[in-house]
Amino acid sequence: MRTIALRVARYRPEDETEPTMQEYEVPLREDWAVLDGLNHIKDHLDGTLSYRWSCRMGICGSCGMTVNGEPKLTCGTFLTDYAPGPVTVEPLRNFPVVRDLVVDISDFMGKLPTVSPWIVDSEDAAPAEGEHLQTPEELDEYQQYSMCINCMLCYSACPVYGLDQDFLGPAAIALAQRYNLDSRDHGAHQRVDVLSAADGVWSCTFVGECTTACPKGVDPAGAIQRYKLTAATESVKSLLMPWGRRSDLPRPSGADQDNNAWSREVR
Amino acid sequence: MTSYQPPMSLFWWLRRRSYFFFAVRELSSVFVAWFVVYLLLLGHAVASGEAAYREFVEWSARPWLLGLNLVALVFVVFHAVTWFRLAPQAMVVRVGGRRAPPLWVAAGHYAAWVVVSALVVWVVLA
Ligand code: SF4
Ligand code: FES
Repeated sequence: MRTIALRVARYRPEDETEPTMQEYEVPLREDWAVLDGLNHIKDHLDGTLSYRWSCRMGICGSCGMTVNGEPKLTCGTFLTDYAPGPVTVEPLRNFPVVRDLVVDISDFMGKLPTVSPWIVDSEDAAPAEGEHLQTPEELDEYQQYSMCINCMLCYSACPVYGLDQDFLGPAAIALAQRYNLDSRDHGAHQRVDVLSAADGVWSCTFVGECTTACPKGVDPAGAIQRYKLTAATESVKSLLMPWGRRSDLPRPSGADQDNNAWSREVR
Repeated sequence: MTSYQPPMSLFWWLRRRSYFFFAVRELSSVFVAWFVVYLLLLGHAVASGEAAYREFVEWSARPWLLGLNLVALVFVVFHAVTWFRLAPQAMVVRVGGRRAPPLWVAAGHYAAWVVVSALVVWVVLA
């Protein structure tokens, strides 16, 4: 049987201060992804290897790792594409490593709720009777951004995030746009402060690697640039018309502000 | 929880073309700032009469300043091109209910750039 070498980063904080590389030979099968190779190691060669995975079909977003230097979903990255090998598997870059291939995602988890990633109801209008209707065009506006699986490959590819962890980052901004551009949502106003802060969209200098890395076609770089235009238009408007409402963006209702307080606590 | 924070290698910005351009953009913004200062100096010289303006022109003709301004020009053009590359992503233009192809938006920006530049040249030379 043909085999391929996997060079896997190991980090066992109880006995080492730095990660080391360990090599394993795994079967090279046509239908095996890098994740299958790791599972083979775990099941047959070395049960101490730690890594995250769940769905094996590009849905759960938990199997992101650095494969030969590139951020990849290991369940969708096939070993044959790297033959004859070796294939280097490291944890996602730009995140602290907890053990072997497992990274600490709490920074990202803390950022997500700060953009109020839920549909915010209008303050003025009564709740819709029955369902909210949406045309295909309205769906089209945000659908792409709703495909995000929170895999964080975009954070791993982003040099701005690598240098400054305070940057809100690609997926969180794309997620904010997913709701901002939804015709049922009225929460754009409560997302504006986080998004147009210095650590929000303005930290991005359009490197574009997030979009290249994204396995779901979300195009977070596009979402960020689009919001830059929104933010700039808003601030010009408020400069020209300081006496008017601070913005045309819908106002949040009291309940939503409570939600915000909750998300700040989570951070 | 103990965790290992991998340091960013000193040469991380050489790993990818896009990272390299990112680093170049960050560093070259100094030259863009210089262009603004230079423009303000020019404005000041024009405002303070003919003698001051002539002196400024003479000063600008010095080889080191010419060289500096040439380098600055290259970087400003680089930033401008980045900006125009960004524009079609930032602007969603709808024509008859459909999203206009990004290429059109970019072309529109470049066309506007040419027109404005021609106008400036015309004002300066006329
Ligand atoms: S935007 Fe793409 S790369 Fe980033 S977390 Fe979402 S699915 Fe992953
Ligand atoms: S295991 Fe779920 S995305 Fe790869």
